[in-house]
Amino acid sequence: MACKCDNEVCYAELDKFIAEGHYDDPDSLIQVLHHAQHLFGYLPREVQIYVAKKLDIPIAKVYGVVTFYTFFSETPRGENVIQVCLGTGCFVKGAAKVMESFENELKIKQGETTEDMQFTLSAVRCVGACALAPVVMINDKVYTHVDPSSVKRILEKYLISAAS
Amino acid sequence: MKIDSISKLREIYEEKLPLLALRQAEANVGKERVLMVCGSAGCLSASAQELIDQLNEEIKAHNLEDLVSVEITGCFGLCAEGPIIRVFPDDTFYVRVKPEDAKRIVETHLMQGKVIDELLYLNVDTNDRVMRMEDIPFYKKQFKIALRNCGIINPLKIDETLAAQGYLGLAKVLEENDPEKVCQTLIASGLRGRGGGGFPTGLKWDATRKSVADQKYVICNADEGDPGAFMDRSVLEGDPHSVLEAMAICGFAIGANQGFIYIRAEYPLAISRLEIAIGQARELGLLGKNILGTGFDFDIELRYGAGAFVCGEETALMRSIEGKRGEPFNKKVFPSEKGLWGKPTCTNNVETFANINPIILKGAEWFSSIGSEKSKGTKVFALGGKINNVGLVEVPMGTTLREIIYEIGGGIPNGHEFKAAQTGGPSGGVIPASQLDIPVEYDTLISIGSMMGSGGMIVLDDTDCMVDIAKFYLEFTCEESCGKCTPCRIGTTRLHEILEKITTGKGTLEDLEVLENLSNVIKDASLCGLGKTAPNPVLSTLKYYMDEYRAHVVDKKCPAGVCKDLLEVVITDKCIGCTKCARTCPVGCISGNVKEKHVIDQTKCIKCQACIAQCPVQAIVTE
Ligand SMILES: Cc1cc2nc3c(=O)[nH]c(=O)nc-3n(C[C@H](O)[C@H](O)[C@H](O)COP(=O)(O)O)c2cc1C
Ligand code: FES
Repeated sequence: MACKCDNEVCYAELDKFIAEGHYDDPDSLIQVLHHAQHLFGYLPREVQIYVAKKLDIPIAKVYGVVTFYTFFSETPRGENVIQVCLGTGCFVKGAAKVMESFENELKIKQGETTEDMQFTLSAVRCVGACALAPVVMINDKVYTHVDPSSVKRILEKYLISAAS
Repeated sequence: MKIDSISKLREIYEEKLPLLALRQAEANVGKERVLMVCGSAGCLSASAQELIDQLNEEIKAHNLEDLVSVEITGCFGLCAEGPIIRVFPDDTFYVRVKPEDAKRIVETHLMQGKVIDELLYLNVDTNDRVMRMEDIPFYKKQFKIALRNCGIINPLKIDETLAAQGYLGLAKVLEENDPEKVCQTLIASGLRGRGGGGFPTGLKWDATRKSVADQKYVICNADEGDPGAFMDRSVLEGDPHSVLEAMAICGFAIGANQGFIYIRAEYPLAISRLEIAIGQARELGLLGKNILGTGFDFDIELRYGAGAFVCGEETALMRSIEGKRGEPFNKKVFPSEKGLWGKPTCTNNVETFANINPIILKGAEWFSSIGSEKSKGTKVFALGGKINNVGLVEVPMGTTLREIIYEIGGGIPNGHEFKAAQTGGPSGGVIPASQLDIPVEYDTLISIGSMMGSGGMIVLDDTDCMVDIAKFYLEFTCEESCGKCTPCRIGTTRLHEILEKITTGKGTLEDLEVLENLSNVIKDASLCGLGKTAPNPVLSTLKYYMDEYRAHVVDKKCPAGVCKDLLEVVITDKCIGCTKCARTCPVGCISGNVKEKHVIDQTKCIKCQACIAQCPVQAIVTE
């Protein structure tokens, strides 16, 4: 997930996005942050300051928006992002136990990233596949009818591909 | 190429009509076939894309390209049985189709004309296989208005939208050139907002129309915040143009030429379908300047949500579109006078908009003849939880809960008993078994302490603990409270704490009183709808399940066996000593010799219940 290109390229891309979309006004802050997060993988302090200057708004305002919305992240995310659905449909089908199982296997808590930056574990609220609950998304792949005991097996695939 | 007049659009409609000719159950059965495959997010995650690819490959391999086409389409609703293929015109409905079934569908069904029995829907009551969609009990009581095109058209092809009377509603409105009449039609139709509040749509449009300003806005609320609901997503994925058209109609009626769709970033597929649809509509001149040569300008832009539930509330949503923190503002002045950037703004939900085209084309009288006395038309529900037919249903207002749960939903799985249905998500409440015969409509649901909500309907059975469910919703609202007003910010946190106390066995009878009093204060004193409705899950469970709360605080027992701290995991005499449980236990608290009864050390047990799942003879139970 995290950006592998070098930062200058990202900043140039961001400039281009702002110029082409005429996003250089305060109203466009959220659009710009979405794109910045897409480019950089997350929104570090420098990027927030850069955006503030570009759109001519106080840095505090930018920070206020970044911290208000859960979609924006100030910390880098791991290579693989695991999203366990904790929507109601999944919750009543035992999603909390699935989350627990991921926490135990990875030895991190919800919202954290493993030390080796391989996995970030997070929760989402309904991905719209409630019929197939409980649902887990790892990067773009959707796992359905996930059983707490199958978590280990699911993770193994990613461990193997990380090792090779 | 732009469609530059209303008559041209009508000509194109006539010209495109044959595109859908095959897709009727009573169409002439010739040699041509079309396979409609559900391409919504749910089925796609169950490998619908591989299935489509396989089908195309097989069709090519057998040189059937001229006779057979595969089209993706919107949600059929029966998501539990997905991926689904409907074959036209011989009207065959295949369920749970896997990519490897593509070969036999092509060879057996398409080439030999034989229906593949094993892929048909199995009616568990009669043990019969059902071939036609209409004959499946799930569909019998449904009536589709908002979802009319899902399962019929390919949402990626605007030609098919046009053949399905898309944009003819806009054409009619522009031709009649009478904004007031549009509002009057909607008022007469009785359409009420489908986003939760149930405000009469026509009145809202008319109020915005009457505001005088140099600029007005139309907003489509596609934030769909109720976790566990996916009605709006399905409409946007399966029929995006119906929303665009309705927004343009709204723009004409209220005098706005700019619309925004505020959509949650968690819906990438719906976003991409909308982007494609907007591009197509602009290219044909159905959006943009001088629409259909009438001089009316209207354009639509997308704005993405960023994961904040409160942004579904319309004033917070406006702040978010303005690029700010999504905090609601006090509606002393209505958004119909001062909304987005201080200009008159009309906000409607996706499903509300999806009803507009049929109302304009078929008339207010037609629409108001459907539904009940005070709630007109239909409502789409996302049925989820402990129910056999998990999926999307659209029923006339006033259908009873019993019909939805048992006739459409197929009842509760695994021999369990119905306990409650939760509607309205974090703002709603539970409907207990004693109220199964109430008609589902705005006012009756409020009178029994729940609400219609946006359409999430989660079914709970005897294994669900109502205190735990209330805690689940409060955890959600606690996290999502924007923090602007104190009753909501602090009140929901306290409610959550008390519920946590009760579910861990530390609750007292006094806590139950505090729960109720505090709930009422939060309801009265909060600034926006989030806080005003946040205590509903607590109040409604207290109202109907007081016994269960008491069991937690007095007997220190969780009757449903959910709250971990209140139960013990024990091994019964059924144990055969296979040692599986001891090997599974993550904390090593199970001991015993091979072929002898094992025991659990209760002081070490973390109640993860991993052993229960592993036991081959069901010898481990919770008490
Ligand atoms: C906390 C809160 C969350 C809401 N979330 C949504 C939502 O996700 N989608 C929606 O259409 N309306 C939502 N609403 C209702 C909107 O404020 C508004 O009433 C609605 O969009 C109006 O459209 P309608 O009249 O067509 O229903 C929410 C309201 C509150 C108080
Ligand atoms: S609740 Fe998990 S996918 Fe809907």
